[in-house]
Amino acid sequence: MADQNPFAHSYDHKRYFFETLGLTERLLERCLGEALSAGGDFADLYFEAVTSTSLAMDEGIVKTAAQGVSVGCGVRVLSGERTGFAYTDDLSAERLLKAARTAALIASGPQTTRVAGFNETRAPQLYPIAGSSDAEIGAKLELIARADRAARAFDPRIVQVRAGLNDELRRILVAASDGTFASDTQPLARLNVAVIAKDGEERTRGSSGGGGRVMLDFFTGSKSPEHFATEAARTAILQLGAVAAPAGEMQVVLGPGWPGVLLHEAVGHGLEADFNRKKTSAFAGLIGQQVASSKVTVVDNGTMPGRRGSLNVDDEGNATQETVLIENGILRGYLSDKLSAKLMNMPNTGSGRRESYQAIPMPRMTNTYMLSGEDDPGDILRSVKSGLYAVNFGGGQVDITTGKFVFSASEAYLIEDGKVTAPVKGATLIGNGPEALKYVSMVGNDLALDEGIGTCGKNGQSVPVGVGMPTVKLDRMTVGGTAR
Amino acid sequence: MSTQTAAELSAIAEKAVEMARRAGATDAEAVAFEGDEFSVHVRLGEVDELTESGARALGLRVFFEAEGGQRTASTSTSDLSKDGITRLVSGAVELAKVTGVDPFAGLPDSTAFGSLNVNELALYFEDINSVPPEERIAMAKRCEAAALETDTRIQNSRGAAFDLSTSRRVMANSRGFASEYQRSYCGFSATPIAQDERGMQTGYWYSNARTPRLLESPEEIGKIAAERALRKLGARRVPTCKVPIVFPPEVSRGLMANLLHAADGDAIYRNASMLAGKLGEQVAGENITIVDDGTMVFDHALADGSTLRAGGFGTSPFDGDGLPTRKTVVVERGVLKELLLNTYTALKLGMQSNGKASRGLAGAPGIGGGNYYLEPGEPTQEQIVGDVKQGLFVLGTMGFGVNIVTGDYSQGATGLWIENGELTHAVEEITIAGNLKEMFRNVSAIGNDLEFRGAGAVPTVRVEGMTIAGS
Repeated sequence: MADQNPFAHSYDHKRYFFETLGLTERLLERCLGEALSAGGDFADLYFEAVTSTSLAMDEGIVKTAAQGVSVGCGVRVLSGERTGFAYTDDLSAERLLKAARTAALIASGPQTTRVAGFNETRAPQLYPIAGSSDAEIGAKLELIARADRAARAFDPRIVQVRAGLNDELRRILVAASDGTFASDTQPLARLNVAVIAKDGEERTRGSSGGGGRVMLDFFTGSKSPEHFATEAARTAILQLGAVAAPAGEMQVVLGPGWPGVLLHEAVGHGLEADFNRKKTSAFAGLIGQQVASSKVTVVDNGTMPGRRGSLNVDDEGNATQETVLIENGILRGYLSDKLSAKLMNMPNTGSGRRESYQAIPMPRMTNTYMLSGEDDPGDILRSVKSGLYAVNFGGGQVDITTGKFVFSASEAYLIEDGKVTAPVKGATLIGNGPEALKYVSMVGNDLALDEGIGTCGKNGQSVPVGVGMPTVKLDRMTVGGTAR
Repeated sequence: MSTQTAAELSAIAEKAVEMARRAGATDAEAVAFEGDEFSVHVRLGEVDELTESGARALGLRVFFEAEGGQRTASTSTSDLSKDGITRLVSGAVELAKVTGVDPFAGLPDSTAFGSLNVNELALYFEDINSVPPEERIAMAKRCEAAALETDTRIQNSRGAAFDLSTSRRVMANSRGFASEYQRSYCGFSATPIAQDERGMQTGYWYSNARTPRLLESPEEIGKIAAERALRKLGARRVPTCKVPIVFPPEVSRGLMANLLHAADGDAIYRNASMLAGKLGEQVAGENITIVDDGTMVFDHALADGSTLRAGGFGTSPFDGDGLPTRKTVVVERGVLKELLLNTYTALKLGMQSNGKASRGLAGAPGIGGGNYYLEPGEPTQEQIVGDVKQGLFVLGTMGFGVNIVTGDYSQGATGLWIENGELTHAVEEITIAGNLKEMFRNVSAIGNDLEFRGAGAVPTVRVEGMTIAGS
């Protein structure tokens, strides 16, 4: 897709809302007018229609088949730093106007702002319109059946397998009093495999998965059900007999891909503009300062074709972009939405996202990754006398205000004399966001993005994201194992 | 919510069940949900965000009898129009054709259904809306202001919030079960930031209840939140070591809940738990008795001397399968006595459900307990700390490093260092690690400070033998 002009495939995403749901431009204008009737200085309407399907094979039986439909509209009114918000799952004119009047009450005064004429956001087409949701259900079932078979065939010690395919199609339409008008159709698919291995009394788990904003044929290539199933089974078997992880500060090498969750936690959240506007982030006031080693450049990029974290437009109707967060170790910018861009007098990076029509948008990440360096991954490992090599992780978490972050290794090995040796049990790694990346001493030439499994939570809202990283060596990081 | 909408919601659920039956389903079950929320967030004395809204949704499960078992599928929708419900039903019926025959799938026997007396459970209070919106905003502001006034080192804040919600849940199935309940909730919290030359720290505290009458004083809560931020100032790392670790109730609640997660019938039949195959065995120290109870109602003393009864945050009259909730002693004196079971997992394990089904809108019911608690001991928290020569008093944990399959536990932590029985400087950027199987056997003290501030309550506990990883 990269060599084609993404703007060439123009598709009228708004038709669904006008033709199927019966909205009219006149109604949108009336609602925005009502939303501003008490003196707000900005209002937007966010219409969302989501259909989702979940299929799962469990113990060799298709036990789960579920479908959901959710339709609604959120009305937001801004008045200075204040946000008024209301939503409705009934899109009748009466209920929409009522929601608009409720949100309007955040302001108190006569109407001062008029609704500008709509100006449609020009956006690329980074993903197929319907994605995998159009595929035959039989084809989806075949994928999870293949995953189930492959995981069981991997090793007789695999005693439980669950394979599932979740996909959704999310249609959005945003209309705002500043003239913003945008619509999009966002497919999302994810194949998951979770297994349990048992050997005598010892039990371990393994999981794997991936996908993106893709058609079903994504899973017929190298990201096949067998690939994910084998990964899940391999991790579980590897954990049988794993030794205790070390405890304390040591050199840590992170493998390429999903370990990029480090960046998401260590710096990404701390660079979301809302926390910096409120000066509650450990990164507040650090723009232009050294926050990482000069080998480190980190970007957030919402424009990668087909990626789980990508969006043609954000949930405020702005086109997404590539934003440099850290350039050669220097903090360059924050991720902003309309409110923070306006209040902080900085550019809007198209990072306004929301979980659903029932939630208020805020600055969020899309796909966050570190650019490749020049080191050979083999050389990086060989340079470590004693340390930890972590190649896969579960979730992570950060305390924005102190900057302390954790991420939990699910597959890691000891490094002894430059060689990767025994697999270790899961352990949490902990560090301090504005300091941790200063200890990056080597950066591999092997940047990889994750397989498409990430979901990020902030203030109770979940959104799909991507992360990525080349092989990286940190001279100092605390590993939370139990062995001395 | 008016009684008219309540009747309407029941009618919608029953209609969906009836339509599914007419479309050929052997059995069907519908849940309908309706909720209203009010939420205000204030920061530095000004309203930051104000949300007021309501939503409804309907979920359906259908079953089709087949050779050797049943096929099942589910659908959910926010569109409760006639067309919306028709699509919900036809969607479920279509989907069921592609699922496999599961010998254990199906609704419970009609004799198993039941519901506790909703009125006696006191889950909904008519006066939930008696506090007008302006006063709710004022309470959040008062709470934050009290925090900001506590100390000059508190100049910033992540804000304070007041949330209020009411909800109604209806369940109906083709085997004659039809019941519903309403719940009310209100609460407020503050998250001030303390700052000095060594950095910033946040503190958080809250009050919540089923009726505004039971809320604590916003000033009191704000002050506690401030103190919780202040005591973390100057936090530093400690060297890697093995010392006793004290978990106060705010943290022990999550730690001990892992014992219940591991007793989850779904995890057990999948071998996905360290407790699989351990029923009847000693899985924790003899001082450990942990109870799950979906029926709890508490007597609260009011300022005027009277008593007000209110249901726990984990209390409900029936579970996600339509069975009455009950009290279950899961671990008694360290012995695993019962698992947490819904109808499906009980059948899988050849046992009886004990009413722990949790049902969302879509999908089959999972396992979800009600209220839970660890039986308290004798000593005060001060005594538990006082017996420690060197150790850690945990203020918070972070991360996802808990594995109930292997029992491996490794979490980021903040806390206070204990030196000769006294709490000293704050600690951060460390991890605490061990294995749950050993940790539950190595609880060397359990406090007398059992207090329900949420669905679960666990007193202060002290665990021996864990590793701190630090500098």
